[in-house]
Amino acid sequence: MVIKAPDRITYTDGHSFCPGCGHGTAIRLIGEVLQELKLEEDSIIVLDVACGGMPIDVWRYDTIEAAHGRPVPTAVGVKMVRPDQPVLAYLGDGAAYSIGLAETIHSARRNDNIVVIVLNNCVFGMTGGQMSPTTLQGQVTTSSPNGKNMESGGATLDVVKLLSSMDIAYLARGAICDAANIRKAKKYIKKAMEKQLNQEGFSLVELLSPCPTNWKMTPSRCADHIKEHVTSIFPVGEFIGKEGEQV
Amino acid sequence: MGKVVLHTQRCKGCYLCIRECPKKAIRKSGINNKKGYEVIEVDGQLCVACGTCYVVCPDYVLEIHREETT
Repeated sequence: MVIKAPDRITYTDGHSFCPGCGHGTAIRLIGEVLQELKLEEDSIIVLDVACGGMPIDVWRYDTIEAAHGRPVPTAVGVKMVRPDQPVLAYLGDGAAYSIGLAETIHSARRNDNIVVIVLNNCVFGMTGGQMSPTTLQGQVTTSSPNGKNMESGGATLDVVKLLSSMDIAYLARGAICDAANIRKAKKYIKKAMEKQLNQEGFSLVELLSPCPTNWKMTPSRCADHIKEHVTSIFPVGEFIGKEGEQV
Repeated sequence: MGKVVLHTQRCKGCYLCIRECPKKAIRKSGINNKKGYEVIEVDGQLCVACGTCYVVCPDYVLEIHREETT
C-alpha cells in the first residue's frame, strides 16, 4: 500500500506557500477527500484572491477564482447552474469573515447546498499580516504592534459560534497543528462533502491554520500556539450535523 | 514494515515531520535542495512507516510504502 498526496495536487512539484503554512495541508486534505469520494472529475472549486487563491496554480480541478472575498456567492451561482456537480468554496478568514462576511452569513441563512472551507489563520496573510476580525486579543500584527485590544481593534469574531444557531447542514472546526487534529479535519471535510451530495444544504468547515511568516514564529512554535492558545479561544469539534460516524 | 520515499525537492525545511515522528526516525540531512532549504532524511532502521510524517507535511515530501500484511 502506498500513501501519497493525490497526483492532482503534486503535478507542479511543489507550491509556493511559505514553509509550514497550513494552506499546503488543507489543499491535500481537500484533494484526498475528492479522491476518496471519486469527485475529482466533477467537482468545481471556487477560490479567493490572495493566499487562498494560490491553489489554482497547484491543483488540477475545475477551478474559478472569484472576486476578493466572494467565493461563497460565486459558488452559490455555480451550484445554481450545475446543481448535479459538487461545489466547494475555499477561502481564508479575511475573505469569509471580513470582506465577504455578509455573503457567508446570507448563504448560511438560505442554507445553500455548497461546502465552504475557511482557513482561519487570524491575520490578513498575503497583504503583510495585518489584524483581521479573527485576530486574538493581545495578538501582535503589523496593524496592532502593541497587541490587539478592544479599544483599537474591537472584539474577536467567532463566526462558527455565530453560525451555530442557524439552520444549516454541517458546521465544524478543525486545527492544522498535529497529526491527530489534521486527521480529524479531513473527516470534517469529508462529512461536509457527503452532506452536499445528500442535498442537505450549507456546510462550513473552519480550519485553524498556522501562518509562521506573519505570526513570526517557527512552524513548530505555531503548532504549539494553536494547541495551547488559539483552540482555547476557537474551540474545535463538530457543532451542527454531527450525527453519523463519530469523528 | 515498509519504507518512506522522499521528494526532497519539495521540502521547505519546516521540520514538522521531525517534531511529530513518534520513532524519532527523521532528522536534518545537512543537504540543501535547489530552493535552498536544508532537507530531511529518514533513518530506515527506526522508521515503522506509520505515516504520521505524511499527515503533517504541508509540502507533500513524504510518500509511505507499506508492505502488505495478510
